[in-house]
This record gives sequence, C-alpha cells and structure tokens, in this order.
Amino acid sequence: MTEKTRTTYRDAVRSALREALSGDDRVFLMGEDVGRYGGAYACSHGLLAEFGEKRIRDTPLSESAFVGAGIGAALGGMRPIVEIMTVNFSLLALDQIVNNAATLRHMSGGQFSVPIVVRVATGGGRQLGAQHSHSLENWYAHIPGIKVLTPGTVTDARWMLGEALKDPDPVFIFEHALLYPVEDDIEEDRTAFDPWKAKVRRSGRDVSLITYGGSLHKCLNAAAELSADGIEAEVVDLRSLRPLDTGSILGSVSRTHRAVVVDEGWRTGSIAAEVMAQIMEGAFDELDVPVRRVCSEEVPMPYAKHLEDAALPQPEKIVAAVKEMF
Amino acid sequence: MAEFRMPSLGADMTAGTLIGWMKGVGERVSRGDIIAEVDTDKGVIEVEVFTDGVIDKLLIEPGSKVPVGTVLAIIDEESPTDEDKQSSNSQGTSAVSEPTRLPRERAVSTGRRLASPAARKLAESLGIDLTKIEGTGPKGRIQLGDVQSAAKILNATSSEAVARIDSKTDRSARMRAAIASAMTRSKREIPHYYLHTTIDLTRALEWLDAENTGRAIKDRILYNVLLIKAVAIALRDVPELNGSWEDGRLNINESVNIGVAISVRQGGLAAPALFEADKKSLGQLMLELRDLVERTRASALRSSELSEPTITVTSLGDQNVETVFGVIYPPQVALVGFGKIIERPMIVDGTVQPRQLINATLSADHRASDGHRGGSFLSAIVRVLQEPEKL
Amino acid sequence: MTRNQMKAKVLEVLGEIAPEVDLQAIEPDTDFREQMDIDSMDYLNFVIKLDEEFKANIPERAYTRFVSLNACVDQLESILSQRPRG
Repeated sequence: MTEKTRTTYRDAVRSALREALSGDDRVFLMGEDVGRYGGAYACSHGLLAEFGEKRIRDTPLSESAFVGAGIGAALGGMRPIVEIMTVNFSLLALDQIVNNAATLRHMSGGQFSVPIVVRVATGGGRQLGAQHSHSLENWYAHIPGIKVLTPGTVTDARWMLGEALKDPDPVFIFEHALLYPVEDDIEEDRTAFDPWKAKVRRSGRDVSLITYGGSLHKCLNAAAELSADGIEAEVVDLRSLRPLDTGSILGSVSRTHRAVVVDEGWRTGSIAAEVMAQIMEGAFDELDVPVRRVCSEEVPMPYAKHLEDAALPQPEKIVAAVKEMF
Repeated sequence: MAEFRMPSLGADMTAGTLIGWMKGVGERVSRGDIIAEVDTDKGVIEVEVFTDGVIDKLLIEPGSKVPVGTVLAIIDEESPTDEDKQSSNSQGTSAVSEPTRLPRERAVSTGRRLASPAARKLAESLGIDLTKIEGTGPKGRIQLGDVQSAAKILNATSSEAVARIDSKTDRSARMRAAIASAMTRSKREIPHYYLHTTIDLTRALEWLDAENTGRAIKDRILYNVLLIKAVAIALRDVPELNGSWEDGRLNINESVNIGVAISVRQGGLAAPALFEADKKSLGQLMLELRDLVERTRASALRSSELSEPTITVTSLGDQNVETVFGVIYPPQVALVGFGKIIERPMIVDGTVQPRQLINATLSADHRASDGHRGGSFLSAIVRVLQEPEKL
Repeated sequence: MTRNQMKAKVLEVLGEIAPEVDLQAIEPDTDFREQMDIDSMDYLNFVIKLDEEFKANIPERAYTRFVSLNACVDQLESILSQRPRG
C-alpha cells in the first residue's frame, strides 16, 4: 500500500521548498515578501528563520529586476526559485522571461542554460478585481524554451517543484490561489512521479473533461453530478501545459468520443483552444459531437461576487455543456 | 479513364459471376463504394471500387461468369455528374434572389448528410451508406448509435436478399472446393513450422467478468475478442508474421487485419478481416466481430474483407478442442490457433492453484520467419494477456 | 404471457439463430449445445435476441443460465415477475 499524509496545498508547497533548500546549497528562494512576511500566501512561512537571509531573500517591488537577477544567478550556477505574487505582476518581467530565460540556450548555441524555477500564483475567484484575477498561464505555454506546470492536487504541489528544479531549462509553476487552503492526502511514493504526463483523475466512458489547475476540482464536481444523471465523465488533468501530453488527450477522446475542455483563461486563444486543435488534428475520426470548451467570459474580471462567479467556469456550466452533447 | 476489373478475392479464386450492378452509367462513385455484387465460391461478395469518378460504361451483363482480371466497367475519373452541373447552374442564377436555398440544394446534390466523424468511420468500416440512415443527434446529425442500430437492420435485410442467388447445397459444394484448393496449395507450397504454448488466462477472464458486469447484455465482450486483440498487439513486436509471401519474398503489412476463421452452418468456413484490430477498442472489435459472423453466415461479405487479411486467428474452443494445429491460408504467412479454456492445477508462487488455461499454437511459414521469432511472438501474446486492462 | 407462449417465442428466436434445426425435436430439459451446433457467439446472439424480444433487461449474473428450453422459460419468468408493472 502507498503511504499517505494529509496536508494542505500550501503546506505541500512549503515542504517542497524546504526539501529543495535542504537538499541543494545552490537553491535559494527570492521574491516579494517571501522572507519576513512569510510569503503573500504563507508558503514560505518560517523558512527565513530556518535557512537565513542568504537563502530566503526579500526583494524590492520590481519583477523585472528580481526575475532578471534569478536568471543571472541560474546562469552563474545557482538553482533559484523565484516567487511572483500574482500572474499579472509577471507581466513586468516579460522581457526577462521571453527574451532572456527562454532564448539563452538557443542563442549561446547550447553553451548556457537557465535552470530557474518561477512560481506564480494565478487565477480568479477571490474578489481581487480585474487586475489580480488573471489566468495567463497559456501565454507562457506559448513560448518555446519555457516549460509550464500547473499542479492541481496537493500531491502535485508537493512533488512538482523538485522535478522542476531537476530540469536544466526555465520551468514555470502556476499555483491557483484558491487551491492553497485545500486539504488532501499526499501520495508519498514518488518513484513513478512524472510531472510531464497528464493524468486521468476519474475514469468514464461517455465524455472527456480535459482541464488543469484550479478548474480540476470544478470538473470533478461536475463529473459527480453528471454521474447521478447516468453520464460517466472522464476527467483528464493536463498537469503540464508545455509540453502538452497530447497522447493522453487523444487516448481519452478515443475512448469517449466527446470532449469538453475546461480552462479559466479567456476563451479566445486559450489553452482550451490549443487542446481542441490537437483533438481535431489527432482524433477527428473519433469525435461524435463537436468539441466544446468552458472558459472565462471575455470581460475584465468583475469585483462583485455574483458577477465574478458568473464570469468564471463553474460546475453548472460544465454540466450544461456536457448535457448539450447528448 | 480507369478500368474496373473482376477482383481476386483470395488465392483460390480464378473466376466470378457478376450478380448485379449496384451503380448505373452516369452515377458518381468514390473509393470504397459498393459497385457490384459478385458470386464466388465464398458466397456473394459486395465488391468495392478503388477510384473516384463517374461510371462511363458497364461492359459485363449480370449473370456472366468471367475470369479474374476481366474488365467489367470503365470509370471516368474527370467528368462532373449531371447533378454537379445543375447545382453550379443554380448557384449562378438563384444565389442573389434566394440565398437561403443554396445550402439545402448543395446538400442534396452531394448527398452529404450531417454525420459525426466517429459515425462516418464506423459506417465506412461496416460498409453502410450514410444517406440511408436517419440521424437522431442535433440538427439530425448521424451519430455512432444511429450507425450501430442501422447495422443491425441492414444485416437482417441483406441476408434475405442473398436467398435469391442459388441453392444452398450448390454453395456449400463450391465452398468445399475452394477450401480444398487453398489448403492443398498451402500444404504443397508452405513449409509450416508449429510452436505451442499454454497461456494462463485466469487474470484476463477475471478482468473480463468484471468488465462485462458493467455492460449491457448486447455490449457483452466474448473472450475471443481479447485473444484477437492480443494477437494484433503482439504482431507489433514481430511484424514479419503479419503479411504475405508473394513472388518469392515477404511483404510485411503495415495494417494488422486479422482474418477470423468463422464456420458456416452445415460446413465450410471463411476468414474475413477485422481491419486494424490493434488500434480498435475491445468494444469496437466485438461489435465488428458480431457483424462479421452474422454476414459470413448470411453470405454478405465485402471484397476487401476477403482479400486483405494479413494473418488468421482460429478458435475451436467451443468444439472441445484443446489444441489447434492450423493450416496457413496463402499467401498469408502465419495462423494462430486457440483451443478451449480448461481449468487445471498449476503451481503459482509455490502453491498449487486452480487456473484457467488455454493452448495457443502458431503455424508459421518458415520461408518468412524462423522459430526464434515465432517464439517471441507467442511470448508477446502471453505477456499481453497478463495485462488485460491495457487491451 | 403463458409458459407455452413463452416457449413458442423462445423457439422462434432459436430458429433465427440456428435455422437448420428442427424445432419440434428439441428436448426441453437438455442443454442446447448437446442438441445442435451452437457456439459462444450464437449463444450471445441468442441471449441478446431474447433480451430484446421479451424486453427483459437480463441481468449479467443470469447470462449463463439460458442453456435449455425450460431453463430459458424459468429464467425469463423469474426476471419478468420481479419487474414492477406499469
């Protein structure tokens, strides 16, 4: 039997950070409020006392500067973990990310690599208004040279960081902020842990719900509701947005012949759109109805609770989209 | 201009009788359409066409018996049909005044029906004409379920249609002669070697029981389908058993088309193909196998099903046979035989346990492969069957 | 439906599966497989057709029990009687 430990997503991230810092002197954590304050989401709470100022570094409010510094440190042989408080702030560092982190291996003819890990809080649903509720992970998944992980479970939060640090190239980890307080069992056995492969979180024969990150639990709730109505949905957790595990997507669609892609990004140009394109290219003959997607409404995220709820994907919208297929 | 010829539907066929044309002069045909019915020693076969075009001439009268290779019809690959001309005219004149009529007219002229890709794929594999099916999906779209129910109805009617051809005794005598000719050629030309192994099916059967518990009776999967799929997957490891020996050399086939030996009531057999069996789900294979059995017994097979198998699987378990030593169907290079499932004591992890065992035999052409590779193939079948959930 | 009507219908279905068989000569308590050439695919088709003809919704655990004419009728009677009416 596999050993299991019950914990929150936040504590799982902290355990992962602690393990990384303890296991490798080259690893350090850097970002806004990660030290004295313990992290905007308390992920690094207590780490400053444990590891000291050289390893847990508070930075000025300049994403371009501290992401750039992280890239420099990675080039210099360190293994930096950079935390960006929310994805909208990462836009200030886009030049460093797109023009340096993603390109230097290519531009140096393979002489340099940038083994940086950037952790970014993402997603809406917390009434933080239009400027702090984005899901822009698809932008980063668009860029060759960067890998993108989206842990949607406590177990993934616990083990993905270590795998990301092993990678010689920049890896972005998008943590949906609504997940931090979620509590669940960690699968302690990591021998077969592979962050780059999608996982079927629930098996079903009638329709594939393909999703990741903060929308995973909404899909599982929708699947439970559908099951009560006799529709068995298979829930596929993408886990890695780049590289995308196309084989698993096509495999699931080939079993169910129907697919709904659920993604908190805005509909146009979303990761959902990419997944749909992959299905058309690879599993056209398996489809019994057109593929559908449930994404965020194309508006700046409203502050008012009821409007925000209406703008985001919700289990009811997923259930409705599935039922229209039958 | 392309010539449509009397096809060879097996190594033993030298001539065929044209029963009737399914298409007329001026009609458009596309690759895969049934163009004619031909009476052979294996029964009445629906013959598919392999070119797109319009039928220009039909050269042979129904009822004539002609040698394989005789030109039966001429197909014009260029000229548009009358219907196409009409529709282009109507677009020119009516597009402005009645724009809303256009899509409907075009839909009629091309005969294209709304159908999901999955439904189209299944219809094509079963040889079902989509224009004759009612769709129950959104906008009348034909979906998988519609094709599945149509398959049942069509099978029932085609078996009636066949009754008009000729007497059963004559058919069975001719089928006997055809089998005699193919098997004589096999034993004369093919240096067979035989390998035998016993497979522990306990896990596979337990898994299948659990799988069937969740299925309706009509979707039930028989264990034979597991064996067929296992053979198909094992061929990926040893592709040289999947093909044909022709003109002194081995042609390895990329598609795995399993010829399934199906007995005909009151004697005789045919081994039509389950196409690309390695790529299909067990449920899909079961559906197709049921369809094949029904059509074999109703003499309603299609030409590609008889001419394109790349290996044969035969199972005589229902007849209390323990081990099969099969004769290869030329020009194929291998045949896999399965006996009946027997419960026997076996030593597992140091204890004696009752296990469900089945004997598998490989008959293979020694010109095309050697015993070592044949052994690898049987090992692969054993391995695949120990992980039934992956099938 | 009386037992005799059920028997007639079961025989009719059997006749579709094995057209060469003399239905009059069927021994009601003897296994079909001892009396005629029926393989596992024929048996499956037989049970599916019974299921459709009698609208019985045959449960999985009963699948192997339709072995003789009387067994068929017993099974169908038991399944149909357990079903709520209307």
